[in-house]
Amino acid sequence: MSYTTITQLSQGLKDGTFSSRELTQDAIADIKSRDHLYNSFITISEDLALAQADAADQRIAAGQAAPMTGVPIAHKDLFCTQDVRTTAASKILENFIPPYESTVSQLFLNAGAVTVGKTNLDEFAMGSSNENSYFGSVKNPWDTKAVPGGSSGGSAAAVAAGMVAGATGTDTGGSIRQPAAFCNLTGIKPTYGRVSRFGIVAYASSLDQAGPMTHTAADAAMMMNVMAQFDPQDSTSMQVDTPDYTASLNDSLAGLKIGLPKEFFEAGLDPQVAAATLAAIKQYEAMGAQIIDISLPNLQLCIPAYYVIAPSEASSNLSRYDGVRYGYRCDEPKDLMDMYCRSRAEGFGEEVKRRIMVGTYALSEGFYDAYYLKAQRIRRMIKNDFVKAFTQVDVIMGPVTPSPAFDLGSKTSDPVAMYLEDIYTLSINMAGIPALSTPAGFVNGRPVGLHIMGNYFSEAKLLNVAHQLQQVTDWHLQQPQSL
Amino acid sequence: MALDNADILKIAKLARLQVNADQVDDYANSISSILDLVDAMQKVNTEGVEPLANPLDTHQRLRTDAVTADNKRDAFLAIAPKSEAGLFLVPKVIE
Repeated sequence: MSYTTITQLSQGLKDGTFSSRELTQDAIADIKSRDHLYNSFITISEDLALAQADAADQRIAAGQAAPMTGVPIAHKDLFCTQDVRTTAASKILENFIPPYESTVSQLFLNAGAVTVGKTNLDEFAMGSSNENSYFGSVKNPWDTKAVPGGSSGGSAAAVAAGMVAGATGTDTGGSIRQPAAFCNLTGIKPTYGRVSRFGIVAYASSLDQAGPMTHTAADAAMMMNVMAQFDPQDSTSMQVDTPDYTASLNDSLAGLKIGLPKEFFEAGLDPQVAAATLAAIKQYEAMGAQIIDISLPNLQLCIPAYYVIAPSEASSNLSRYDGVRYGYRCDEPKDLMDMYCRSRAEGFGEEVKRRIMVGTYALSEGFYDAYYLKAQRIRRMIKNDFVKAFTQVDVIMGPVTPSPAFDLGSKTSDPVAMYLEDIYTLSINMAGIPALSTPAGFVNGRPVGLHIMGNYFSEAKLLNVAHQLQQVTDWHLQQPQSL
Repeated sequence: MALDNADILKIAKLARLQVNADQVDDYANSISSILDLVDAMQKVNTEGVEPLANPLDTHQRLRTDAVTADNKRDAFLAIAPKSEAGLFLVPKVIE
């Protein structure tokens, strides 16, 4: 079922062209036969998926189907799923079976969607290449020598390879948008507080946000209609109205003001990526949009500020893995301290330990003001740049990444080189605004994404803007030659 | 900001991570290079700028102090590395 969209599957289920059981069986057989090429799944939940599919078929027969009813999807293995192993791609949670369900996965259950399995990721969502997984690297279906991006690399590869039509991801510093760009998908990071974080294994709580990864903006809108909802169980969930994200996809873009920040096109950007990005943006002029040069003067500061805030919050969040209540415990601890230190040292991977240590240092006595507080002040400067820009323009556009997907292994020895990959995505999470990546062409056979950023709670506009590009271009319909 | 081996061992202890002698140099190098990256912040004038904790500048919502969840003690104990008689078991703390 390569390159079928959620929209097509939903229609086929409604028309009786196929059943959810047939789709689910096909998807699982497909994953079993092909995923050894990509390693995008950590767990396949076959029995549960088939039971969900049968329930969906009954619901469809009873005329009670919702748009996602019966559609097979996958969840990043960071969403707690009751009675289904949830690992965060870490040894420390290798055998963790949550006794509760995340709000996002529950909402998909309520909608009747079928979850075929849990996808691979960088351990605890820390990474930009999906090479930091205890369960092995994920490979990019467009070129298996290339990384799929991270941290939601398994979700991206699973959709790009056509094994599922949509998957959930999470984005703390670019973890939905960067793999979407590397794998030719549409991926949206909603406004902070738009989608519930309840039951998502926490990385950096003031930055984390979940969103969909799909082929098309129309499909992303369908998934957003399920996911985006106020949740009393998440204390940072925002009590705001949730629109029907599919309703405004066809709105005219005449008069749309697009801001082009000069800082997104400076040194470090691959000239071919710049050319592809600008060519995609040019398409909007024919739709009546106006392109306006703007400036986000503090953009460069997002990297140092992010690599204080995210590790600090991670060191605090990950203190819960102590070998006492759940997760890995070392063998034969000689005392309590030994149990904590060895369980954590043996259970966490290298990048996770590095970030915990950076965060612990930044938060330690005497350094708090110079690091965490300083980073939070810079965070406000970054936010203010966006707030000011959105008084002039409706959306901001630029590249998602400085280059297309890089080769597996090419950046693993230098964490700082890997961090610089996130230059265009981090500031979005710092400001808390929504942004998406939509396909914008290819450089040497590897996909390029167009980054579309909007004001707080403007997800419907972003999906509308991406959908309109997808009406006049066919990049999102391309599929890897290997398929 | 260069960290020495003693700094690494102190941070590792605070973070409850065992670091073996043969790993200390690697951590000192990689964490120092991350701190070098981060030190670009120190040149920035942030005087008068209020720290931003929640990107929407809102406070966390409070709820009424009422029981909202079922008692799932058995379910939670079932996934513990070691438990007995309704308790989490850890190595002996008091001799």
